[in-house]
Amino acid sequence: MVTRELVIVGGGPAGMAAAVSAHENGIKDILLIERDQYLGGILNQCIHTGFGLSYFKEILTGPEYAGRFINKVKDMPGIEVSLKSIAVKLTKDRIVTFLKPGKIETVKAKAVIMATGCREKTREMVHISGTRPAGIFSAGLAQKLINIEGLLPGKEVVVVGSGDIGLIMARRFVLEGAKVKAIVEIQKETRGLLRNMAQCVEDFDIPVYFSHKISRIYGKDRVEKVSVIRVDDNFNEVFGSLFEITCDTILMAVGLIPENELIEAAGVRIEENKTSAPGIFVCGNSFKVYDIVDSVTEDSINTGKLAANFLRQNE
Amino acid sequence: MAVDVENGKVIKVTGNECPKGEKYAMSEVENPARILTSVILGQGLELKMIPVRTDKPMPKSRIFEAMNEIKKIKVQKPLSAGDVIIKNFLGLDVNLISTRKAEWTRNFQQEP
Repeated sequence: MVTRELVIVGGGPAGMAAAVSAHENGIKDILLIERDQYLGGILNQCIHTGFGLSYFKEILTGPEYAGRFINKVKDMPGIEVSLKSIAVKLTKDRIVTFLKPGKIETVKAKAVIMATGCREKTREMVHISGTRPAGIFSAGLAQKLINIEGLLPGKEVVVVGSGDIGLIMARRFVLEGAKVKAIVEIQKETRGLLRNMAQCVEDFDIPVYFSHKISRIYGKDRVEKVSVIRVDDNFNEVFGSLFEITCDTILMAVGLIPENELIEAAGVRIEENKTSAPGIFVCGNSFKVYDIVDSVTEDSINTGKLAANFLRQNE
Repeated sequence: MAVDVENGKVIKVTGNECPKGEKYAMSEVENPARILTSVILGQGLELKMIPVRTDKPMPKSRIFEAMNEIKKIKVQKPLSAGDVIIKNFLGLDVNLISTRKAEWTRNFQQEP
């Protein structure tokens, strides 16, 4: 079996910052595993600005922020990047199994950093009744279709949830020529950043319904309409407030959850950036969901140091 | 932050915590501007869509006109982040720049 000093799972902002930080702290045998064909993770599809204000002291887009770290990683001879490689198993004694085209590989690491990011919540997790037609997308998937694939998923859109991804995608659809008929938010106010309310919603006069929720989705093959109802302070539906919006697309922007399936399957518990298994660390959005990437970078730099210290103490 | 406005012109900005605030408030009232980001089509490149942005904020009122222009653009040569795609975009004194590196696709036969 191949052995490595440090294996990092995930080549997004967290994994790259952890790799760079560990390298700068003396670890020169690092394997960085990324399932996509490029480094950068979700940043590659976040083409809007607002990244890097705290870490680089300038306003960058997602691909620009990712590009700076990709260049750093490439300049470090002690980091080997394995693309199109998806980790499928982790054990307590730090054996990582991953698939790459045509191969299954197993590597024994002295330390492992899990930087697997987070996943979007789905319609099923917020319990919306109705049919199951085509046209219901998570906001991040719609973002990938437009910004990476160059495909517009729909023409008349209702956004569920007013977090940052929902607001940014509402603007993106409007810019691409679609009509965003409503943003529906069950809370009394947005969970997103103020600047996104101003620059995504107010700039384009998109209607926002706070204290409202989607009560039903209609449509046989494709989404045809949704019914919307007001809720009171206890999130109970207010009788008589129901109305309908016709649309062909619904975007779910109802939150993110850390992706920790491999760690859980290994029977390991997360304790801050460390875990109950010595030498296994977690950073970035797979540790907790951050609002901005700069915080992910900071968290991951610290975790890279933790891993480097662990390796030095266990030489 | 509060702004006193008369006939669409800023008279006084109060409550700002730094000089950037005053500048931003004036611009927001008199001529709101935004950095526009979008994607353009790549041909023969490893990426189908290349992300782009204006290198400076451009007038908000001309954003849809800009989007129409952006949709017509096709790039047929490799790019690095920061490369200028259109100089003096729409005559607005801003450049449209690439925000991501894109090489030739591996299957693409380059002209000799």
